[in-house]
Amino acid sequence: MTVPTDLDLRFRETAARSGMLDAGYDLVDSPLGPLLVAASDRGLLRISFDAEIEQHLEWLARIAGRNVLRAPRRVDAARRELDEYFEGRRHAFGLAVDLREVTPFTERVLSELARVPFGETVTYGALAARAGRPKAARAVGMTMNRNRIPIVLPCHRVIGANGSLVGYAGGLERKVALLTLEGAIL
Amino acid sequence: MTVPTTIPPFEVFYATHGPEVLGLLRRRLGRDRADDAFQETFLRALRAYDRLEHGEHLRAWVLTIASRVAIDVHRRTTPTVDVPEILHEDARPAYEDLGDLTEGLPAKERAAVMLRYGYDLSYDQIAAMLESSSDAARQAASSGVRRLRKEARP
Repeated sequence: MTVPTDLDLRFRETAARSGMLDAGYDLVDSPLGPLLVAASDRGLLRISFDAEIEQHLEWLARIAGRNVLRAPRRVDAARRELDEYFEGRRHAFGLAVDLREVTPFTERVLSELARVPFGETVTYGALAARAGRPKAARAVGMTMNRNRIPIVLPCHRVIGANGSLVGYAGGLERKVALLTLEGAIL
Repeated sequence: MTVPTTIPPFEVFYATHGPEVLGLLRRRLGRDRADDAFQETFLRALRAYDRLEHGEHLRAWVLTIASRVAIDVHRRTTPTVDVPEILHEDARPAYEDLGDLTEGLPAKERAAVMLRYGYDLSYDQIAAMLESSSDAARQAASSGVRRLRKEARP
């Protein structure tokens, strides 16, 4: 016995509308490969280039609560904005983010990061200064490395003082692809 | 917030037990009515899921919810017919027999008896499932048992 697809989707749809989910997730297609996107009712919890959901379920349950379900509807808004971004029709995201478990410093850094506009770059040191800790370039690097909402929180726009790309948790080739898409590098 | 590792994320629970629940509901209600009952079962489970304290009886738990939903659907959609209850001499309230034995009980009492004596759940767990208090669950189970005794007496 398997659950027919239409019945399965109907339940997931109803569950997403019920207000009882702590988090819903789905895969979103992108030119960089499938993205795992998860959101609570507060906002985005996770975007990952690693689309193996088993890697994320326990983490999502720990952060948001155990009522975690694949629920395409829950990430519809994110799917739409990401599609538009990758088609070059969107330069800024209007999506809320759920940063419930991060430290105040991380939150400050990420909110400064969110202000770095499409097509521009900033150095780790400059971002540290904007977050009020000019000497914390290394800590900012760690924060970028652990950013769990890449693309929307644009850690790909943060580069080294000498102009090198340094690194990207999702793979350096993806950082290059995103900056190329935005026209920040040729 | 820490989540005891014994209770999996709802996705895992749903994927694991969905097929068996659908099978049970189709046997009890037929294909047409089973679909709605399937939704209702997992919505009830979802509602109680974050209050579960351990994950040892998840299968029994969700099958009991499904049985209860099936009873509710059956009551709503089947005209009542007077059929005398026949209790066999050797009818024992063992795990398998409990479902048939408790058929005539009010839904809440039946669920409480099934969960307590069929599946050995605590009154707290039963209360979470039935959306009532632990005391009410205890009362429902004991009045269900009293009713069964009365019916079983010649």
